[in-house]
Amino acid sequence: MPAIAFRTAIRDALDDELAADERVILFGEDVAVAGGVFATTTGLYDKYGPERVFDTPISELALAGAAFGSAVHGLRPVIEIMFGDFLTLAMDSLVNQSTKYWFLTQEQISVPLVIRSVVGAGGRFGAIHSQMPASWFMGVPGLKIVAPSTPADASALLKAAIRDDNPVLFFEHKRLYGLEGEVNGAAGRLGEAVVVREGRDITLVTAMKSVHDGLEAADELQAEGMSVEVIDLRTLRPLDLDTVVASVRKTNRIVVVEEGPLTGGWAGEVLASVVEHALGDLDDAWRIATPDTPIPYSPPLEDAFLPGPGRIAREIRARAR
Amino acid sequence: MSHVRDQPATGVLDDLDLYRRIYRQMLLIRGFEDLVQSLFLAGEVYGTTHLYSGQEAIATGVASVLEERDRVAATYRGHGHALALGVDPQKLLDEMLGRTSGVNGGRAGSMNVNSPDDRLIGSFGIVGGSIAAATGAALALGRTTGGVAVAYFGDGAMNQGYVFECLNFSQVFKLPLVLVCENNGYGEYTPYRSVTAGEICARVEVMGVPAETIDGMSVWTVRESAERAVAHARAGDGPVFVEALTYRFVGHSRSDPGAYRPDGELDRWRARDPIVVLRAQLEAEGVDAADLDEAEREMSVQLEQMRERGLAAPFPAELTAREFKD
Repeated sequence: MPAIAFRTAIRDALDDELAADERVILFGEDVAVAGGVFATTTGLYDKYGPERVFDTPISELALAGAAFGSAVHGLRPVIEIMFGDFLTLAMDSLVNQSTKYWFLTQEQISVPLVIRSVVGAGGRFGAIHSQMPASWFMGVPGLKIVAPSTPADASALLKAAIRDDNPVLFFEHKRLYGLEGEVNGAAGRLGEAVVVREGRDITLVTAMKSVHDGLEAADELQAEGMSVEVIDLRTLRPLDLDTVVASVRKTNRIVVVEEGPLTGGWAGEVLASVVEHALGDLDDAWRIATPDTPIPYSPPLEDAFLPGPGRIAREIRARAR
Repeated sequence: MSHVRDQPATGVLDDLDLYRRIYRQMLLIRGFEDLVQSLFLAGEVYGTTHLYSGQEAIATGVASVLEERDRVAATYRGHGHALALGVDPQKLLDEMLGRTSGVNGGRAGSMNVNSPDDRLIGSFGIVGGSIAAATGAALALGRTTGGVAVAYFGDGAMNQGYVFECLNFSQVFKLPLVLVCENNGYGEYTPYRSVTAGEICARVEVMGVPAETIDGMSVWTVRESAERAVAHARAGDGPVFVEALTYRFVGHSRSDPGAYRPDGELDRWRARDPIVVLRAQLEAEGVDAADLDEAEREMSVQLEQMRERGLAAPFPAELTAREFKD
């Protein structure tokens, strides 16, 4: 299999799902004629036409509402909210309509929609185009949150998200778009974490861009004789705690690396669950996240803000020696 | 704008049997709301409720022109919308009472009722939310059944982003959407004029969406307007907007006595009670008053039976909900 870029994996997965199911439609700002501001929908408008793939006004609330209303009347909409920071504008329909309907209809009518959104810092986009909105949505029952780290998972999990009958928020980290890897084209399963590197001494749990930072830190620590097990959550909601707890029972230490504010993040949720289920196995548990401030623009400030491999290795070295 | 006819003319109602049925529907809605209010005061209906009393002509008039393939998104003042679509009144009442036999098994309550089998997408508890739900429904229906989606909302929603975003969205894509603004003069406790710049229809017309203001207390006026609106939407000409002027005879919600209303305002609107207006017209067109009296008596009996059955129905024992569909 040839290696393709993360953004191409997204594009190809959309292409496959549009081809496989005529109920699938794709709409958002600049997704059609222009092919997406991050070039993730190139050529889909030409191939499927304006009935299936169309550009919309800059109206995130209308986008989310149109997705909800059409999803409960037989379509399977995939919408793009260009930057995750703009999800605030779509939030009412997503939270108060899409994630409530299955429950309120007594589980008769589900809401098969996908909201794709570009997230994450490191692109010099400043405070309001760089956020990681995962924690805004962690406390919303009825919503799945997918956060892939590789082209293979981007493809497999986007396909799974489009085939899923529930509302799915699908995060694409902007610093992963150029990452290349092999893609087999099969659909994956939501809600399953994966051990991407086996180790004995400590469990490192993370997602998206930070998986690669964690692996880099693990390489550095391996050279010093410390063995780090790295888990890629892949889906933040529902969390695959079994995989995490099984690892902690082996290593007795856990660090959760979250690109996102320390307070109220999903890292705290992972740690809380580990404490509930494996307290007796724990020797140490902590979080590495971003400071509780907005994201700075200036490159040295933004680089220092993020939990990169250097900081991850340093903290593990200091605490787990 | 149309006007209420103080001296009813004959030949106004095109189908007397239809309007007799509408009269019964309006009686049902008014009686249902009175029943909900009394059960609320008795502690049997919980939280809050928003009653439709006074606005009956709108839901019944619009529903009278809809087809099986059409869909409706209602507001949290939605009992009337639901009943006009044919939702079983006993099930609707039982939902208010929180019982297993409720239309949503007690999961929804007054503000969140839905009944897709009756064409009711849902009742939306966030001001303006109904517009988005109907916009999306219109997006799907236009490609599938050829149905039209109707959104009800109040004057208060005109200052929500939902309205402008969805008006523009639906007009750009020419979606089969009928927007029915029930302007009852107040957004919650505040007169709409004091918080709303300009005229409601002017906001709509600037996007090229046809709009008209009508007398929302006259059910035949509503029906005629709705016929035009639905025809426009169904023809593929895009969204259409109706502002129906009306009044709620009760406060915004159960805790609101409506003390902010100027003296005499309620009485002036009560003189235009849509049920009284329709009854006068039916009689002017030759319908026997005794028949209409009989309909009222039957409705009273039905409502009393509903009350007894509802209060006797069991509460849900426990919540067994699955977060996701497998």
